[in-house]
Amino acid sequence: MTLEVQGLTRHFGGIKALDGVDFRLGQGELAGIIGPNGSGKTTLFNVITGIYRPDRGSVSMEEGDITGLPPHEINRRGIARTFQNIRLFRELTVVDNVRIAHHPHVRYGPVDALLRTGAFYREERRTRERVEAYLSIFSLQDRRKELAKNLPYGDQRKLEIARALASRPKVLLLDEPAAGMNPSEVGALMKFILGIRERFSLTVLLIEHQMRLVMGICERLIVMDFGQVIARGLPAEIRRDPKVIEAYLGMPVGGARGDESIER
Amino acid sequence: MVYGIVRLINFAHGDVFMVGAFLAFYAVEKFHLPLPAVFALAAGGSAFLAVVIERLAYRPLRNAPKIAALITAIGISLFLEYFTALHQVFGPNYYAFPRPFHVVSLEIGGITFTNIQGIILLSTLASLGALQYVVYRTKVGRGMRAVSHDIVTAGLMGVNVNAVISFTFGLGAALAGVGGALYGIAYPQINTFMGVMPGLKAFTAAVLGGIGSIPGAVLGALIMGQSETMTTAYLSSTYRDGIAFVLLIAVLLWKPTGILGKARTEKV
Amino acid sequence: MNILANIAKAVLPFAVLSGLLLFLSAHEILNPYWVQIFQLSCIVAVSALGLNLIYGFTGLFSLGHAAFYGVGAYTAALLTKLYVGAYGDEALLATGAVFLGSLVAGGSAAALLACLVGLPTLRLTSDYLGIATLGFGVIMKVFFDNADSLVPQLGGARGMTGIARMTGIPWAVAALVAAILVTRNLVHSTYGRALVAIREDEVAAAAMGVDTFRYKVIGFTAGCAFAGVAGGLYAHLYTFLHPSTFDFLKSFDILMIVVLGGLGNMSGTLVASFAWVFLLEGMRVALPPEYIEFRWVLIPLLLIVTMLVRPRGLFGVREFPFLRSKVYR
Repeated sequence: MTLEVQGLTRHFGGIKALDGVDFRLGQGELAGIIGPNGSGKTTLFNVITGIYRPDRGSVSMEEGDITGLPPHEINRRGIARTFQNIRLFRELTVVDNVRIAHHPHVRYGPVDALLRTGAFYREERRTRERVEAYLSIFSLQDRRKELAKNLPYGDQRKLEIARALASRPKVLLLDEPAAGMNPSEVGALMKFILGIRERFSLTVLLIEHQMRLVMGICERLIVMDFGQVIARGLPAEIRRDPKVIEAYLGMPVGGARGDESIER
Repeated sequence: MVYGIVRLINFAHGDVFMVGAFLAFYAVEKFHLPLPAVFALAAGGSAFLAVVIERLAYRPLRNAPKIAALITAIGISLFLEYFTALHQVFGPNYYAFPRPFHVVSLEIGGITFTNIQGIILLSTLASLGALQYVVYRTKVGRGMRAVSHDIVTAGLMGVNVNAVISFTFGLGAALAGVGGALYGIAYPQINTFMGVMPGLKAFTAAVLGGIGSIPGAVLGALIMGQSETMTTAYLSSTYRDGIAFVLLIAVLLWKPTGILGKARTEKV
Repeated sequence: MNILANIAKAVLPFAVLSGLLLFLSAHEILNPYWVQIFQLSCIVAVSALGLNLIYGFTGLFSLGHAAFYGVGAYTAALLTKLYVGAYGDEALLATGAVFLGSLVAGGSAAALLACLVGLPTLRLTSDYLGIATLGFGVIMKVFFDNADSLVPQLGGARGMTGIARMTGIPWAVAALVAAILVTRNLVHSTYGRALVAIREDEVAAAAMGVDTFRYKVIGFTAGCAFAGVAGGLYAHLYTFLHPSTFDFLKSFDILMIVVLGGLGNMSGTLVASFAWVFLLEGMRVALPPEYIEFRWVLIPLLLIVTMLVRPRGLFGVREFPFLRSKVYR
């Protein structure tokens, strides 16, 4: 068990964003969360990563309970994420965006920084090497000095994933990584996610609306609606599940088509 | 109100208040106008000034980093204060504000009232009523509320954003101008720096009561006024300015958006 | 890279500059009035670097900077005054140790107060933090006005007199060089990057492992410590302290300097600090007597024009070569 969520419940005013959500992720799994807009998927990510505390329920990893820990603590326990609306450091360069993820792993103290000791220069060089490594995996090294806000949309999404990866997580949460991508980009992204999962021994949980990506690479799916898990299982089962179809289309229907993104 | 719409702490507000007081001074002293005309002149002059400032200095900076507009506001505030303090203009001295009417005292139930206080109270209530009406029952008011939620979308929905913002500045300044005139009548001494503290306290009262809430602003002002008076009476007048801010910090720590403020949750 | 080599590289500009100035003023080539103005510029620059750290780099909108400047000033002045009272003038002037101690105490007092104020208020959002710190500034001014009822030597509303004139060129320049080095070395390290990340997007910074609250407090405290040290130097330059020097309007002055130079730009802060002080004083000298108060009309106009023309400040993002990062180019 790499990540376990039990009975997560969270209200916002009168709205129940999460209502008793449970699931479990095993090491190395690639799972997807799907569901109509407003079903609580991003809220789930926000609770797991400590941005919101749950009203009830728990989040735990192998090492123990992480419920309610602050976001930076959760990151240090090995969970990194991207955001639905891309939260890059827009006025900073590509390099600086990735560098910040290395901050918790830096091996020098403030005194070293102030006095510019050998340890400082060594660690800064090490940081630079790591950052370069990540940038080249994502083919962003030629743009290293560009400001994040000036990157094309697709590259911004890549940068956000690069930044998340640079914090050396065990679990990677991707919130709509394919949003705004065309079919060939989605295909490349699919290969890419499989590749990094392999290379970095990650456990990946992603939220997506693009069914091709979801059906193509996810080993397991969790379907949410109104803050609850309404179905879980293999992609092939899910696409035939009448409850799922009803949630997406708003009425009971026989047969399913899952090629394009489904909006309520 | 201005802050609610353009998210700008208008540091020049207190100086518009001061201009209102000076206009009222001239209205009474030089032109011997009756009271309603005094208020009208103060309100109108202040509104005009504010609209000019908005057009020349704030509008060009609407898409610039917010701090640029803020610094410009500070610059305008200083400019108004020091320019009017030049000998060639009003000069740095205090002027005695002439009473436009006789002061009459009434005694009700052991508490003494003056007609000045009565006028202040009535003017305040009237302004409050007018403001509520404008914001909630007119088209322009609806535009103001729309802009305060989402300026871009309001524009796309057909709200004339520039006009609404100018109107808001003008309206806020008109109120400040009337406030300045009232202040001159009540504390019959005016000077070009008189707006500094009231401007600051006005904003503080708004924050205390909750930005975006008109009743909140009134509540904040009442609380601040009361606490100042009580501090002067029971502690010492030298602590007076401090108490308002102690209160403010205490309230902000308890309710970060003010007493009646609406929390704006950011979608993550 | 050798630490000693680094220190030598740092000491060199200080030694050259202060040596030159001392030589010039000793031989009366430089007008002592302008030498004092130069020292004031150094002091203002130290304070401004502090606010730049708080607001320019960490993004914390603090409008109470002058209060911390005041705390440093009064603390340092009180300590030297008490020392002189106990041991006499000679003992104070003999070594710089006591003066240095008083500056450290001033900076520490400001830092401690910053921690106390910051812990509750740094959770507020930007504009509210501004108003809260502004309020704190007003509260401190009231405190300074009434301080003599606690400690008579502090002078209260009549002002504090009788402070020894300890600040000289070497002290002012040394403080400035130290401030520049500390700021530069901090900014171009993982700590500085953490602060900037917080400024850019606090939520994302936290998600990437930065303890945002802790770093906000650190940034705020460090910046206020700069102000405290600057205040101590100020007290021992003008030898007289009055609460009106530390009211919220003075916080605006420092804010304007930092914004004019460019937020998060050290070079800009330096240039703007010197320009501000020299312009104000220069106008006092240059303008005919009846028009002296025009400087307070011209400066705001200059400010407004600068903001309209260059909203990001004079320097934007470019730094002088010695202030750029050498680690990653």
